[in-house]
Amino acid sequence: MWEYRELLYFLVWRDVKVRYKQTALGVMWIVLQPVVSMAIFTVIFGILLQVPSEEAPYPAFVLSALIPWNYFASSLNRSSTSLVYSSNLVTKVYFPRILIPLSSVLSGLVDLVIAFTLLLGLMAVYRITPTPAALLLPGFVLLASATALGFGLWLSALNVRYRDINYIIPFLLQIWMYATPVVYGTSLVGDRFGLLMGLNPMTGVVEGFRQALLGNVMTGAQVNLPLLGVSASITLVVLVSGAYFFRYTERSFADII
Amino acid sequence: MSRVAVSVEGLGKQYQIGHALEHTDTLREALTSALRAPRAWWRRWRQERDAQQEILWALRNLSFQVQQGEVIGIIGSNGSGKSTLLKVLSRITEPTEGRAVIEGRVGSLLEVGTGFHPELTGRENIYLNGAILGMHRHEIAARFDEIVAFAEVERFLDTPVKRYSSGMYVRLAFAVAAHLEPEILLIDEVLAVGDAAFQKKCLGKMGSVAREGRTVLFVSHDMDAILNLCPKALFLANGTTAYLGDSGEAVHHYLQSVRPLQTGVVDLRSAPGREAYEYPILTSVSTHRPDGAVASEFRTGDTIVLRVGYAVQEPIRSPYCMAHFTNDVGHRIMSVSSMHDHCDIVLERDGVLECRLHDMRLREGTYSIDLAIGRASPVSQCMDYVESATTITVQLGDYLGGGRLTDHQGVVAQKSEWSSVDTSLPVVGSVIAGPSRYAGVSWHEE
Repeated sequence: MWEYRELLYFLVWRDVKVRYKQTALGVMWIVLQPVVSMAIFTVIFGILLQVPSEEAPYPAFVLSALIPWNYFASSLNRSSTSLVYSSNLVTKVYFPRILIPLSSVLSGLVDLVIAFTLLLGLMAVYRITPTPAALLLPGFVLLASATALGFGLWLSALNVRYRDINYIIPFLLQIWMYATPVVYGTSLVGDRFGLLMGLNPMTGVVEGFRQALLGNVMTGAQVNLPLLGVSASITLVVLVSGAYFFRYTERSFADII
Repeated sequence: MSRVAVSVEGLGKQYQIGHALEHTDTLREALTSALRAPRAWWRRWRQERDAQQEILWALRNLSFQVQQGEVIGIIGSNGSGKSTLLKVLSRITEPTEGRAVIEGRVGSLLEVGTGFHPELTGRENIYLNGAILGMHRHEIAARFDEIVAFAEVERFLDTPVKRYSSGMYVRLAFAVAAHLEPEILLIDEVLAVGDAAFQKKCLGKMGSVAREGRTVLFVSHDMDAILNLCPKALFLANGTTAYLGDSGEAVHHYLQSVRPLQTGVVDLRSAPGREAYEYPILTSVSTHRPDGAVASEFRTGDTIVLRVGYAVQEPIRSPYCMAHFTNDVGHRIMSVSSMHDHCDIVLERDGVLECRLHDMRLREGTYSIDLAIGRASPVSQCMDYVESATTITVQLGDYLGGGRLTDHQGVVAQKSEWSSVDTSLPVVGSVIAGPSRYAGVSWHEE
């Protein structure tokens, strides 16, 4: 793997470089996408449905969750389709195939960083200062990346044989988003499902992000360590099993893709 | 002491070819039967699926060794397993049985421009493609100018390659690949791209790679390229070694396998190498001595009589007939045509055309003859073609007064007369052509 680090770098670089080529707005899309979603969710959930935002301004409340969520969703989406999309590489050159889904996940980091500055801007507007837990943000990003990669490994390998995956992913991501406290907070669900929600690793990531940044204005918010522990273990299981499954099926990719 | 670079033992690669599933029941029936008796339905579905899987061995029991620094050509007809072999050697796909051991860094070039991204510029694609082919960034940077010069795309370096002409694209792609420096290079048929001049350049590059002492395995259908570049060749047939050794021999075996020797009087009505553009016209072919006796062995300088039987559905007013001579390593040596001398032949119903080749200059060897027949006007149009319709063998005899030609002395024999010239006299010529006998071809009808 280490031997191929340069190739990984070039694959990430290609993904980033190509993503917004021949678009009139270019990099603006990275900012526009979360802004538009934030506006829609604010109107529907914040204003019309009055979803409690634990005292934080709803736009900041939803954006602080949307940014890690969008990173995760687009990384998972890209990595799941990455192998099939790169079938010309898979059938013509040898390199560890894991580089393909891995580079898809990593290339999303650039978008994440740009979108994150947008969030900081919004916080400045609302005069919200982040809590010291913001130092944990890279850890949350790592957890989101590992989760996206773990599921991406499973789905991309399955996608080689069953193209059904292509059709399943949009539904999967939609359901998953509503199962994750993006537009609502964990307080809405209450303690009944607390640990159950921790089974979804993205709950830990999204809640962690939100609480680390908005904790100063939110009521009774603390980074929930037991919940994070459950999330991280689930991610580890998915990642390790995904890696094994990927290694196991890798040898037949070129024959069936 | 040479080292083994590639060692292949009992290699086999199996593919399952699934046939299109033939659904006999409608979707509703399938659903109702699946719901009523799910287990029976599942069993039946699996049985049907398995019955439709056919197994194909692309490679089987293949064993060979390549020493370090050897340049080996791989030849064989389509489907003989050449590309599969390279895929296994380059680790793209795993063998079903047996093993392949490779000592050294492998670079494989199974396709030109793998991983090129149309949106990226030429410069960016050089780096990307180089990395995909296994080069390090500093290696690419060091050879960047060389690559650009080789590809002749200096002016377009910062243009996305999607705006390149296909020629430029291929040149750039090959240039990157040509500057790979692995210890073992696997190349699949990549020279079949680009224009003639660029192909020549690529061959030159490959030749220099080979001389640098790197191990090269080179798949091609171009027998000239194989003979020029590879001292040794592996001839694959049905996924296993049919011949491994001297490339001339390998090419010879390969060409014989694709076109079995036909001599004497040959009935062409069921010829395997036929390509009838309108309908089968050529019915037979035979080779004779000038006295009319059927023969397939000649000597250089002989007159050969070629008789071509035909049958047409309606008369062809201005027809032509051609015969192409190809030697045993696949070079086309000469073509004779009824159009060359404006010989007036007419094809009505059926009959025989006769062609006399006077003072035939071919050197010793086996020559296969392809026949073509068609209309000469208003536009020249081939109507029927038979590849390797017949074969003749030629002995040099005493055409050169007992002289012999080595392998590197050309494809035709030519008499010559040499003498010392008195330098005090004005120079007229140092080589005087041989006897001015009439050398030519005449076609006429019987």
